Amino acid sequence: MDNHNSEHSEHSEHNDGHIAEAHHPSYGVNVLVWIGLLALTSITVSVSGINLGSLALTVALIIATVKTMFVINFFMHLKFDNKVFKIFVGVCMLIFIVVLVLTFFDLTFRYE
Amino acid sequence: MSQNLDTTQQEIHEVHIHRDDFGSKMGMWLFLFTEVLLFGGMFILYASYRFIYPNEFVLAASELDMLMGAINTVILLTSSLTVVLGIVALQKNNKKLCLFFMWVTVVCGLLFLVNKYFEWGAKFHHGIYPKGPALQDMSEGEVMYFGLYYVMTGLHGLHIVVGLAFIGFVMWQIKKDVLTSTNFQRLENAGLYWHLVDIIWIFLFPLFYLIH
Amino acid sequence: MANGTIAVPKKAAEPDFYHVRTKHKGIFAWLLTTDHKRIGLMYLSAMTFFFLAAMTLGVLMRLEMLTPGETIMTAQTYNSFFTLHGVIMIFLFIIPGVPAVFGNFILPIQLGAKDVQFPKLNLMSWYLYMIGGILALFSLFIGTGIADTGWTFYAPYSIRTTTNVSISVFAAFILGFSSILTGLNFLTTIHRLRCPGMTWFRMPLFVWAIYATSWIQVLATPVIGITLLLVILERAFGIGVFDPTLGGDPLLYQHLFWIYSHPAVYIMILPAMGVVSEIIPTFSKKPIFGYVPIAISSLAIALVGYLVWGHHMFSSGISDTSRVIFSLLTFIVALPSGIKVFNWVATLYKGSIEVTAPMLYTLLFIFIFSIGGLTGLTLGALNTDLHLTDTYYVVAHFHYVMFGGMGLIFFASIHYWFPKFYGKMYNEKVAKVAAYWIAIGFNTLYFPMFIMGYLGMPRRYYDYLPEYQIWHVISTVGSWILVSGILIMVFNLVKGIRSGKPTTANPWGGTTLEWTVPSPPPLENFDEIPTVTTGPYDHTKLHEQLRKEYKVQQKTEEERN
Repeated sequence: MDNHNSEHSEHSEHNDGHIAEAHHPSYGVNVLVWIGLLALTSITVSVSGINLGSLALTVALIIATVKTMFVINFFMHLKFDNKVFKIFVGVCMLIFIVVLVLTFFDLTFRYE
Repeated sequence: MSQNLDTTQQEIHEVHIHRDDFGSKMGMWLFLFTEVLLFGGMFILYASYRFIYPNEFVLAASELDMLMGAINTVILLTSSLTVVLGIVALQKNNKKLCLFFMWVTVVCGLLFLVNKYFEWGAKFHHGIYPKGPALQDMSEGEVMYFGLYYVMTGLHGLHIVVGLAFIGFVMWQIKKDVLTSTNFQRLENAGLYWHLVDIIWIFLFPLFYLIH
Repeated sequence: MANGTIAVPKKAAEPDFYHVRTKHKGIFAWLLTTDHKRIGLMYLSAMTFFFLAAMTLGVLMRLEMLTPGETIMTAQTYNSFFTLHGVIMIFLFIIPGVPAVFGNFILPIQLGAKDVQFPKLNLMSWYLYMIGGILALFSLFIGTGIADTGWTFYAPYSIRTTTNVSISVFAAFILGFSSILTGLNFLTTIHRLRCPGMTWFRMPLFVWAIYATSWIQVLATPVIGITLLLVILERAFGIGVFDPTLGGDPLLYQHLFWIYSHPAVYIMILPAMGVVSEIIPTFSKKPIFGYVPIAISSLAIALVGYLVWGHHMFSSGISDTSRVIFSLLTFIVALPSGIKVFNWVATLYKGSIEVTAPMLYTLLFIFIFSIGGLTGLTLGALNTDLHLTDTYYVVAHFHYVMFGGMGLIFFASIHYWFPKFYGKMYNEKVAKVAAYWIAIGFNTLYFPMFIMGYLGMPRRYYDYLPEYQIWHVISTVGSWILVSGILIMVFNLVKGIRSGKPTTANPWGGTTLEWTVPSPPPLENFDEIPTVTTGPYDHTKLHEQLRKEYKVQQKTEEERN
């Protein structure tokens, strides 16, 4: 578990995480991620001009999700964090998706 | 088991809580989840009404200025970058550079709010607001679209304000050397909050501005 | 000693947390405290008041229902009463109940910690609770009077009615925030402050229950937060999202409302089930049967609990497909609860059972909660639900699970941890008489509701046909028996606090860590953070230690003589 046994992540916490330690902080990587995010933004704007019909929403959401993954993993540092944070984020996402899907079981079959 | 102790002769006791950056980060992430679910409820409503009124949403979205939305998206993405660069700077013990990046972040946030002010202002001017004159002539789906637009971007804007306050507080602590290259968790936490506000906008932008 | 630690007899006793010298004096030693024990007690005091207020509303409602038509109040008043009764009971008693009082006081000690992870945030939770509670009661006295929508605030009526909906709903919003922060605090505490040796599967089951509950508090509560906020915005600005005249869908309100409010019932019951898993081993003098299944079932209930909310909407107009899915999922969620009940009963088997007041409440709970749970199945099945929904059958069902479930265990918890809180004992005989009295009153009050509901008596109805009167009369008499039993219980406890016999660290023979510290505990709970080497229900070490202590006690008495 995360406070007493040796659960090593890229950030091996010598003191069980009580004192946060920076590991190879880098300006460059973050700027690259930012450039990627700008690129994805311009892609999503351009794509919205093309008539994809019902696929348009899906594409837009996929691009937004990819952008979000970059922000979460790099800017929010989740990629380099202890496993427990990744599990937490997964749980949160799962609950939200599940609730959305179940609500749509009502809507899709009511508004046919 | 009442004790007849003269309490004035005792030392003052307080429970001493050791610093725990990991726990502090965990608390912040958990708080972010509550924000996700808060906006999540709104996104469920959005999804529902877009499903029910697909054509009306397209129609209503034409009232929005896509360029303005895109600019705001770039502003927020940049502000997320500068927050992270600020953290890196502090970790490398460059306090001045850190504060510079934090100032850029704040300016970006304020710019976003200014843009929002003009956007909303333009709509109010045209009578496009809940119970407003323009909405009386619109279809139900369009009314739903604008209801959602105001609540979601309004709530988001409120979170920008809160985020800026948090960042301002943390900047003050950096200036006072409370937060340093060996004590920066609170700055990271402020950054986490800010990134979430950015992520919410990453979804709001295509959902409101890019429906054609 | 408990959990494998060795007790070192102390010389000079450290003052308990009531008598330690604090930074603040007088009332501020309480109002500005960050000590989890004081915060737990402050919740208890406030909650007692709110519970008795809501109970009074219930008594008055039952008086009104003695006869058809107007008896002691107008229809409008009756609607407001059942609204406020629900709002107070649910948001100020049942949801915060066990976590806020017993989670706060006991959880850190059971983990071997000195306090929670965020003590100041803990105090803020309490203030949010108080503000929300006062605001809710405030709606009684100002403007257009208490909301008359029912605690469920369904749109579109909640948007149209001129009563104080916005205030009540805002109070609930604040209370939700209190709940969220408590959950966040407990999750972090459990992850970070377990003492050395306490792996996840050596935690007491009460802690597992609080852990699962806290996840629900954090992830579900914000959904009702936004929903209630939207009601206020609808009323103020006419946004339209729940208003059919503007194109909104009121069913979406119901979806969002129940997406929280169903998981909320698991916030209510999981901690109580956790306490049951503590009380039964203690008073059976043997370890819990099926520790891992019970622990995992708490997580399973929390998870599956998110998937069933549609069963509150079977007759509201949702699609047939979703009704079938929600009905199936509702049946599935009953399974982990069943696992717990079977494991508890298996624990009792061949145990050395001591029926103290807490154990009595717990045994009554198993019986009464099972009735509640089983009647939930008749409501979960679509065909029977269509006959029973919105009748008194539902009212009986949820009172059996919420009051007969969480309520009885709340009473059990007070009795169980009473010696730890106050260092004294209440009168055991009176406590048990009160428990039986309460059980008789409870069943007399609520069982007739199953019958009259089945016979067609609608819920939230002020007036009714004469054929239902006999059941209403029996029920109201039951309310008098129940309330008198509760008052006896409360008086007995208050007397115990004032002048009960002093007690020891471990009067019950419990094996979890709170029984290793003095009653009441010192400020930091432990002289030294303990190290645990066994599971939480290991009775062998306890029996050895008790034998040792008995021998020491014999020896000191001999030396004295």
